[in-house]
Amino acid sequence: MSFQLRCPQCGPRSVYEFRFGGEVRQRPLPDAAQEEWYRYVHTKKNQAGEQMEWWFHRSGCRQWLQAVRNTISNEVKRTWFPDEDNE
Amino acid sequence: MFSLLRKERMWRSHDLRRRYDVVIVGAGVHGLSTAYHLGQLHGVRSVALLDRGYLGGGNSGRNTAILRSNYRTPEGIPFYDASVKLYEQMSEELGWNVMFSQCGHLTLAHSDAGIVGLRVRAENNQLMGVDSRLIDLGEIRRLVPGMDLSDRARYPILAALYHPPGGVIRHDAVVWGYARACDRMGIEIHTDTEVTGIRRNGRKIESVVTNRGEIATETVLNCTAGWATTISDMVSVPLPIVSYPLQACVTQPLKPFLHHVIVSATLHVYVNQTDKGELVIGAEIDPYQSYNMRATLPTLEQMATYTLELFPQLHAIRVLRQWGGICDMTPDFAPIIGCAEEVDRFYMNVGWGTYGFKAAPAAGKFTAEMIATGSTPGIIAPFTPARFRAGKLLGEKAAAAVSH
Repeated sequence: MSFQLRCPQCGPRSVYEFRFGGEVRQRPLPDAAQEEWYRYVHTKKNQAGEQMEWWFHRSGCRQWLQAVRNTISNEVKRTWFPDEDNE
Repeated sequence: MFSLLRKERMWRSHDLRRRYDVVIVGAGVHGLSTAYHLGQLHGVRSVALLDRGYLGGGNSGRNTAILRSNYRTPEGIPFYDASVKLYEQMSEELGWNVMFSQCGHLTLAHSDAGIVGLRVRAENNQLMGVDSRLIDLGEIRRLVPGMDLSDRARYPILAALYHPPGGVIRHDAVVWGYARACDRMGIEIHTDTEVTGIRRNGRKIESVVTNRGEIATETVLNCTAGWATTISDMVSVPLPIVSYPLQACVTQPLKPFLHHVIVSATLHVYVNQTDKGELVIGAEIDPYQSYNMRATLPTLEQMATYTLELFPQLHAIRVLRQWGGICDMTPDFAPIIGCAEEVDRFYMNVGWGTYGFKAAPAAGKFTAEMIATGSTPGIIAPFTPARFRAGKLLGEKAAAAVSH
């Protein structure tokens, strides 16, 4: 199902204006164990349900934003710029 | 045709038994093929195939039924070639017509870089005994006179990779044929049976919990597509998979004019005409991760636009149906076949992205051998789940329906 995302800068826009950036993940510290880096680089949660994810407003303000979206219904719960308070 | 009118029960329903030697999660074409080969070649018949939906309701019935083996990597080519050869024998082997039409398959190049890519594939294919060659505009025109080969197109066609053994098959017939053969061997197919948990004790599997009760078993095979991560999470085995929808559509039937499968990676579209005359058109995967299978207008517009680039004369035809399926994409466009590193006898045949249907006979055959003998056949060894930790990714850049 196609849907809209609300860009905090530009307002509600078609998902086709954005580039999908994948699930939000915590990058390990540079000296983390190789196993931790393997998990960061390769394995994915691939959540069936609500997940936090990255989007880039490619055809708009060209800023990266974060969103909470349900991957089963494609319903977008919240969007915000990562440097803002996300509540 | 007449075999469809004959009243024959293809498979029967059963009560769940309390234990099975092997439990296969997902009764799509991969699960069925694995069960069939377990029974046929290895005498393992205490097998339960569990599916939460109806038979052939997942990607086995949602794909565009294209078969080919003109891949790019030395790991991919012999594997898909083995699969096409098994498909060639399937009608005879199962005693059931799967309507495999080897009409030939053309992959188009619209740029010099595209030609180079196809040249590499043609050379690799020929070295490994696969019938595949680069052809020029003159030969394309003879094979596909209905396609716009002029230089007026936005992306004019320059050359094509011609793969004569490629073609299309009746995908429901493949599912039914396997299901019928499994049933005749005493292998049980349980539809509307959803796996809700897998119990393990340390490294050993103890049972599979379903909405119809608990089944004791030591061996589980994850054969799901779209939900591979959900099943894998039940035994805490992480996977490098992200699931994306892939859509396709079917048009109204037309007089036969297109006798080959036409694929363009530049235009992100593939088209073939069925025996009934309908055009089956497939798109690229949607540009975002999702488990939602509803069709979307932007993808329909994309399929229509790109099909009209190739066949402008189709501008007034109607679309009858559009649908989606969920593709489990791996980072190297190759599947994951093998035993989990973290759990004993938790086997996986997953991560089939956009290329699972054509691989099912070979994947099932070699997965069955792996489960029955405990050792991994060489032909599927490169697809091991351990390759990601080892950094030995495959890079199958000839997978369709994805931008590389």
